[in-house]
Amino acid sequence: MNQTDVSQGSIANVNLRQVGKNKPRNDAPAKVHGKAVYAGDYYMEGMLFAKVLHSDRACANIHSVDVSAAKALPGVHSVLTAADLTASNAVMTDLPGQTGGGTKDTKQPILAADKVRFHGQPIALVAAETYELAELALDLIIVDYEDTEGIYDPFDAQKPGAPIVYGKDNIVAAYKIRKGDIEKGFADADYILENTFSSQYQEQAFLEPEAAVAWVDEHDILNIRSSTQVIEHFRAVADALGIPHNRVHLMAPYVGGGFGGKEVMTIEVWLALLAMDTKRPVKLIQTRENSFLSHGPRHPFTITHKTGVTKDGKITAMKIDLTSDAGAYAKLSPYILLYSVVGSTGPYRVDNLWVDATSAATNNLPACAFRGFGTMQANTACEAQMEEIAKLIGMDSLQLRRRNFIQPGDPNTTGQIIRSSVWSDQCATKALAALGQRPDNADHLAYGHGVACYQQSYGRIRWMKDSSESWVGLEMDGTLIVRCAVTDIGAGQMSALAQIAGEILGVPMDEVTVYFGDGHVNPLAGTSTASRALYMSGKATELAARTVRENLLECMANHFQVSPGELELADSKVFVLDNPERYMSTKDMVKACAAEGVHRHNLAIFKAPPSEGLDPETGQGDVFPDFTYGAHAAQVSVDTDTGEVTVIKSVGAHDVGQAINLRAVEGQIEGSALMGQGFALSEELILEKGVLKNGSLSEYLIPTSEDVPEIQSIVLESRSGLGPFGSKGIGEPVFAPVAASIVNAVADAIGARIYDLPLTPEKVLAAINEKDKLQRGR
Amino acid sequence: MSEPKTITVTVNDKIVEMVVPAHRTLLEALRHEGFVEIKCGCEKGDCGACAVLLDGEPVDSCLTLAWHAEGREVTTIKGIGQPGNADPLQKTFIETGASQCGYCTPGMIVAAKSLLKKNPNPSLNDIKRGLSGNLCRCTGYTRIFEAVQLAAEELHAEGESA
Repeated sequence: MNQTDVSQGSIANVNLRQVGKNKPRNDAPAKVHGKAVYAGDYYMEGMLFAKVLHSDRACANIHSVDVSAAKALPGVHSVLTAADLTASNAVMTDLPGQTGGGTKDTKQPILAADKVRFHGQPIALVAAETYELAELALDLIIVDYEDTEGIYDPFDAQKPGAPIVYGKDNIVAAYKIRKGDIEKGFADADYILENTFSSQYQEQAFLEPEAAVAWVDEHDILNIRSSTQVIEHFRAVADALGIPHNRVHLMAPYVGGGFGGKEVMTIEVWLALLAMDTKRPVKLIQTRENSFLSHGPRHPFTITHKTGVTKDGKITAMKIDLTSDAGAYAKLSPYILLYSVVGSTGPYRVDNLWVDATSAATNNLPACAFRGFGTMQANTACEAQMEEIAKLIGMDSLQLRRRNFIQPGDPNTTGQIIRSSVWSDQCATKALAALGQRPDNADHLAYGHGVACYQQSYGRIRWMKDSSESWVGLEMDGTLIVRCAVTDIGAGQMSALAQIAGEILGVPMDEVTVYFGDGHVNPLAGTSTASRALYMSGKATELAARTVRENLLECMANHFQVSPGELELADSKVFVLDNPERYMSTKDMVKACAAEGVHRHNLAIFKAPPSEGLDPETGQGDVFPDFTYGAHAAQVSVDTDTGEVTVIKSVGAHDVGQAINLRAVEGQIEGSALMGQGFALSEELILEKGVLKNGSLSEYLIPTSEDVPEIQSIVLESRSGLGPFGSKGIGEPVFAPVAASIVNAVADAIGARIYDLPLTPEKVLAAINEKDKLQRGR
Repeated sequence: MSEPKTITVTVNDKIVEMVVPAHRTLLEALRHEGFVEIKCGCEKGDCGACAVLLDGEPVDSCLTLAWHAEGREVTTIKGIGQPGNADPLQKTFIETGASQCGYCTPGMIVAAKSLLKKNPNPSLNDIKRGLSGNLCRCTGYTRIFEAVQLAAEELHAEGESA
């Protein structure tokens, strides 16, 4: 069930013909007819099939890897181990892309040499005539392991004498915020509340496992067609192989879901090595079990909040401690930790603030990017704390939030001044209202309502100096082409560009062709991560289209003997605004402009606002281009006999700035509602001494169609964002408050808080029993 | 390993002859023949991305041995409808935005097709149950439910006008 509340901003939309409308996405026809081709669907003559030997233990020395039997197997063309990677055995796992900023040293061995540090670490690569032969070859590889003492808890990892996994002290990253006067803040408080919250590993569980085909072509160019969010990994592949950047061609067809799991390089460099070794095309599709080990899940966090508040609900101080388990390699942990720091205060203004954040290495799975990117975990804790504060001081929790919401012009966690609209209040009010009346408790069912707000960035960290490029051009028949190497990971990244360029140049969306996902043919657009694709590549496309528009209208102004401002482009026509009967078809316009030598295309670059980083002592500085605000509300029932939680209604209300494609926006909200529900209630990777115990889709439980509540999307448009037409990034933001709203609803239903996610029936039942015991004791 | 044998399967009304060993799944065998519209998500029957109709009944092709399909009819998403002659489900999936990354879509439409054949008037709960073997991580399923409901209505309208 979806209703879209008429947005306030839509009143201003009357001049938009395509943007903001419910247009079917232009990638949909290929997908519903089975014609969309994914990385693993490509076939080439002479192609070999690859398999990867992943470590089956988390912490061990490797005495030897015997591949002689595997190599001797007929039909096996290559078996590679660390011993074969003589030139270099390291691949950079830092943030790639169109950034001029510096990078951290986050190198990771391509193949384990004398040590494995986590379950699943790759040890050997095989390419053979068939997958079956490659699998047989894997079975013939003998690894002589010696288990060693590992460390599996991020707090233990920081203790003196702990086994060292990373650097000198297992500290992968640390940040602090020192703002205002924390002692005075607590002294001014009428109440002080301290709570510790913890959250678990979450697996992306995209439906398409990692897949790629690599081959070396007739010009000795290494080509890789891969399921990735980031084609700019071609540079890291080239660096790892010691070849020039311009000799690696990485392209991404449609990607079957990413959610951050295909942000850091996954399988590309393995295939590159095999293709170069065999001189034949090589394909790998990861098994689901190996996929669980091939990217990085969401970081578990432990977060302690100490909050000072006055009796009328003004927060006077916050002291927050955040610890994340980075796992065995750094990957993106430092950045994810920074996001958690910025998100730790939620959407609230806190003038007296003290934050300490640490990401520590262990021999657990290296955690990495996942929708929300640290902000979501931090926000979940903050929004649970807000509910507990409201309970403590006897105030309605929405009132408490209203008392403290950050406002335009206010400094946020890191002192960045908020420039866009902040519609947190409206969003929370609308989301809660949409839940309706809370049903009365009956029999063994207890009902609860919960709400949560958030502040989540879109666009990358500003000192990365992000940019995106796009090319827009009109063809001689009046059709439109966009060339932009954005990767399309399923959120409509490509389709949105057709809508934006079509809007500006008056060409219907179905007459726009977008060439995407191939950076050696199209200008590089940067990553489809960080809720930046629409903001950055959309903006570059908008700039290019506007330049083409200006060129054409200048020429047409001459023709119609009016000023360019008196002309409009729409419905494949140029016409005089005051007198639409004076028009020319776009086709004729292009011809006329061509005859005059007018540029009918443009390559534009869009640069995000830069900054120079944080003050290391105070943690103050501008981190992100901008933020999205909104709320999610949930109605749940809890079976007090079994502890089972059912989400009945789930409502997301968000200020998206401007919807480019309303249906696609709602799709993000709805998908988030269910993914957040999974995080709150059922999803958890279980590790025993670093070894993953539930790495399959039958043991790791993502929500199914039978778990779907009534989901409602409320889309508000302040048009205050930095993206095209005032849009904001939404892919991650709309996910940020979901789990918190469900957790708060469960607390409301059972009258007790559970501090450790997910809220499994066991934990819920234990909390109910504990509460009953306390009440009986009274 | 047993000797491979030549089997004949009718796929989307075309006769396909393939040489396959006993252990090869229908999923692998058909993808090898170029039917890559059948998606592979888990190879364990957990996700439904590889669903096809076998003599009109939905199966996970990853759990079905290719030999089991000998002499039988397989329908993939491409056999359900083509552009220009699309199934109502394919149209409603486009209209509602029921496909995001699209990887679950072929299996999802196959499952929905089978559901509507057995139950032309499914309630929301019938749809939820009927699609519970098909995982989707992008959409939250709501658009998929809507697409199936709209397709059911369209099929009724077609039936009445026929």
